This record gives sequence, C-alpha cells and structure tokens, in this order.
Amino acid sequence: MQLLIRFIVGGAVVSLFAAFGDAVKPKSFAGLFSAAPSVAMATLGLTIMTEGKLFVATESRSMVLGGIALFLYAMAAIHLMMKYQVDAARAAILALTAWMICAIGSWYVLLR
Amino acid sequence: MDDLRDRLLVRVVAITRMRVHFEISALRATKWYEYALRFLFGGTITVVTGVLASHYGPVFGGLFLAFPAIFPASATLVEKHEREKKQRAGIVKTIRGREAAALDARGAAIGSVGLIGFAFTAWRLVPIWNGALALSAALVVWMTLSILIWLLRRHAFVRKGRAGAAPQLPPKG
Repeated sequence: MQLLIRFIVGGAVVSLFAAFGDAVKPKSFAGLFSAAPSVAMATLGLTIMTEGKLFVATESRSMVLGGIALFLYAMAAIHLMMKYQVDAARAAILALTAWMICAIGSWYVLLR
Repeated sequence: MDDLRDRLLVRVVAITRMRVHFEISALRATKWYEYALRFLFGGTITVVTGVLASHYGPVFGGLFLAFPAIFPASATLVEKHEREKKQRAGIVKTIRGREAAALDARGAAIGSVGLIGFAFTAWRLVPIWNGALALSAALVVWMTLSILIWLLRRHAFVRKGRAGAAPQLPPKG
C-alpha cells in the first residue's frame, strides 16, 4: 500500500514540475525545472512520517552527492548533443552513465 | 569546439532577449500519453528510491533523490516539438530541436546547483525544524539559488554580447 502511495505521489509531483517546465519560457529557464527536487519532495515527506527525521537527514546528505552527479549528467548531455550530435533521447540515456559513475563512485569513496 | 561554443552562444544571446513568461498553450502541445509516460517514470523512480533506501539504507538510497527523473522525458519532448514546428514550416532537416534540448540541459545544469542547495538545507534543517517547514525552506533555497545563477549567467551573456564577443544572430527561421 505504501509503495502505491509513493508511486502516485511521485508520479504526480514529477508530472507537476515537468508541466511547469513545459509552460515556462525561455527554454534555458524552463530547464531549471528538469532539475527540480521532484523525487525528493515526493519521498522525503512520506519518509519523515515512516522512518523519522534522522533517516531523512542522512538521505539528504547523500543527495548532495547525487546533485553533483546531476550537474555532471547535464554537462555530459550538452556535450553529447552539441559536440557529437547525438539526439536528445539517446544523449539523456547515455549521460546516465556519467550520473551513475559519479553518484556511486562518490558514495563508494566518501560515504560507504 | 569553438564552433560549438559560438552556436550555443548565439542561441543563448537570442534567448536572453526573451522575458520569463508562461505559455499555457505549450501544455496543449504535450499529448496525453506523454503525460502518462512522465507519471509512470516519476512514480517508478520514487518507488525505486524508497525500496533502495529501505534495503541498502539511507546513505545509498539518498543518492537517487537526485536521479534525473524529469530531464530525459522533457529534453526528448522539447526536441520533438521543436522539430515538428520546423517541419510544419517546411524545414525538413534541422538541428534546432537538438539545440533546444541542449538549452534545456543547460538549465538543468543550473537547476542541479540549486538542487545541491536543497539537499544541503534539508540535511541541516530537517533534524532541528518541523519536517514540513524544513522541506519548504529547502524548496525555497532550490528556487532562489537556481533563479539567481540563471540571472547571473544571463547578465554575463548579455554583457558578452554587447561587447561584440557573440557572433551575429542568424536570420529568423
């Protein structure tokens, strides 16, 4: 049941931020909403109720590293699209490698 | 590489001439299944994050709170809509869609700095404040930081453009 609630809340919050990004112009400003804390907003409130504040604080600390990985992800996507002329869908998927390496690598080195 | 920088600079300078505004009509350009796909993707990522946190602990699970949940779908849609717009105007082969998606990614890079601010604020405030209040404060930090950096970059590009560093804008279309 809790997973279903997470799914619905997560889907709704991500869709809301995404729709906001669709409606805002210019595009570089709308892009800010592509890095909105949508999953965090959907998750952390529920987690405070179920797991407590310290659990959420620990998750947020790791999220700082995830955020750095997201920055590298976006830079990698720009590079793939503009330098290597990869289309947006493929660039977004390929750049996930950069996110994974940075996020999991920094967790392994700093937090494990 | 210089050519790449010049091309992006031309687009950014063009965009800096635009004011930030809402175009509600843009929401109609997105089809129902595109909204459904985003809902599905967002819901799945949220569930996966929760499952990872409960199985492997909050230290590992927390990384996925900053997983790119919105960007892949939004960049793909931006490119598709821009390409369709050009095709309706009779331009079959165009790189405009990809350039628009790259601009979206540039915004995402700025937003991710704001996201780091969000995470830092939540990390420091959640243990000592009311949970809802701490998350609201973190959201304000994300928004403020993102907009400030975006404005600073815009200001820098306008100055660069005025100084003649930016190449001439191509004709419309």
